[in-house]
Amino acid sequence: MRQVTLTVNGRRRSAEVEDRDLLVDLLREKLRLTGTHVGCDTSQCGACTVLLNGAAVKSCAVFAAQAEGAKVTTIEGLAKPGGPLHPIQQAFHEEHGLQCGFCTPGMALTLHEFLRRNPDPADHEVRAALGGNMCRCTGYQNIVASALNAARKMRGTA
Amino acid sequence: MIPAPFAYHAPQSLREALRLLRAHEGEARVVAGGMSLIPAMKLRLAQPEHLVDIGGLSELSGVRRTDDGGVAVGACVTYRRLETSRSARAAAPLLAETVAQVGDLQVRNRGTLGGSAAHADPAADAPAALLALDAALRATGGARPRVIPAARFFLDAYETALAPTEILTEILIPKQPPRTGAAYLKFANKASRFAIVGVAAALTLDRRGVCSRARVAVTGAGPRPVRASATERWLTGRQPSQTAIGEAAARASRGMEFIEDVHGSEEYREHLTRVITRRALEEAARRAGA
Repeated sequence: MRQVTLTVNGRRRSAEVEDRDLLVDLLREKLRLTGTHVGCDTSQCGACTVLLNGAAVKSCAVFAAQAEGAKVTTIEGLAKPGGPLHPIQQAFHEEHGLQCGFCTPGMALTLHEFLRRNPDPADHEVRAALGGNMCRCTGYQNIVASALNAARKMRGTA
Repeated sequence: MIPAPFAYHAPQSLREALRLLRAHEGEARVVAGGMSLIPAMKLRLAQPEHLVDIGGLSELSGVRRTDDGGVAVGACVTYRRLETSRSARAAAPLLAETVAQVGDLQVRNRGTLGGSAAHADPAADAPAALLALDAALRATGGARPRVIPAARFFLDAYETALAPTEILTEILIPKQPPRTGAAYLKFANKASRFAIVGVAAALTLDRRGVCSRARVAVTGAGPRPVRASATERWLTGRQPSQTAIGEAAARASRGMEFIEDVHGSEEYREHLTRVITRRALEEAARRAGA
């Protein structure tokens, strides 16, 4: 066992992990942050996406030990407890960008990184950015609409 | 899915990483982004007893211009960095264009150029660009540090010229001659985005518009990425007209070995090799100003 210390959603956290434990296990099992979902567990579906030092990564394909000293943001960290939703979350709400909601946290965090780099994206750029996030309910149309809505909100034009 | 137990090491220097690799020779694997190795470990297709993580080493994470006007990319530079770095795009646009087509955003945020080369997945994108750009790969940890030309680096599926105690440290991309146009095109597996067949082409034209140098490399089609030398020979010394490109591309599969899997038969891959080569050559010629 080893001690891993990292900053999760702005808070310094420590946990005992095995070397073979994945970052998603650390988040879900040790820190009880269950908003990060495990879908395929083969690093394809993107439901486990979190921000690792600002970059969207699949937390089922990163070992917990590799996150030593890192800053991690999960879906729980997008909005302050009790405060307003993050513009990305608000946009998914308004555009009905989810049905079952299982893939939504991963979608939101991928978009968080993407919209920071590309604040005014075209439809096809959103679709390319979400290529690593699978949704089995919506057919993606409302997710893309949510992303474009979020981009408008974050630019201050909505 | 839970990998078999292993000891994780995060060395603070290349020297320490090499020492760990020597101490655990045959039982250790090097990991950087882990985008191939970690899923393989979860499936227990790979069960190293020691994992030496070089992903955090700053000495392997730089992109620099070289004296000859080319670019040297540290082995642990991520695809995403190459895709977004202005200097990398200016110095090696073909490389940036190629790695932008790898996997998805999350994979490109972790996956590294050195990892792609050292892992040598036969369907990986980057090796085609490295072959077409006449890249060379710097390795250390053997009897002496050495530089291996890309053409002698990829030996077979998942097999490279690297020795078990060697670490790939840097990829050297020489400056391309003036009036060179290059393109990477692939027919991708829709789910994984791996290349069923991918072709990187770089064409150099002389002042009269005649092709003075052609580099064409194919990935995904066979057990290892290879140059389409019959195509290169045919095109060199000719104007890259549509007819000449068609003739050159028809020769792309000559002497090549093809694989067969759930994504396509040997015949299908051979056909795709000719088709994607033609399209890549057309785009490269257009970009070269033909």
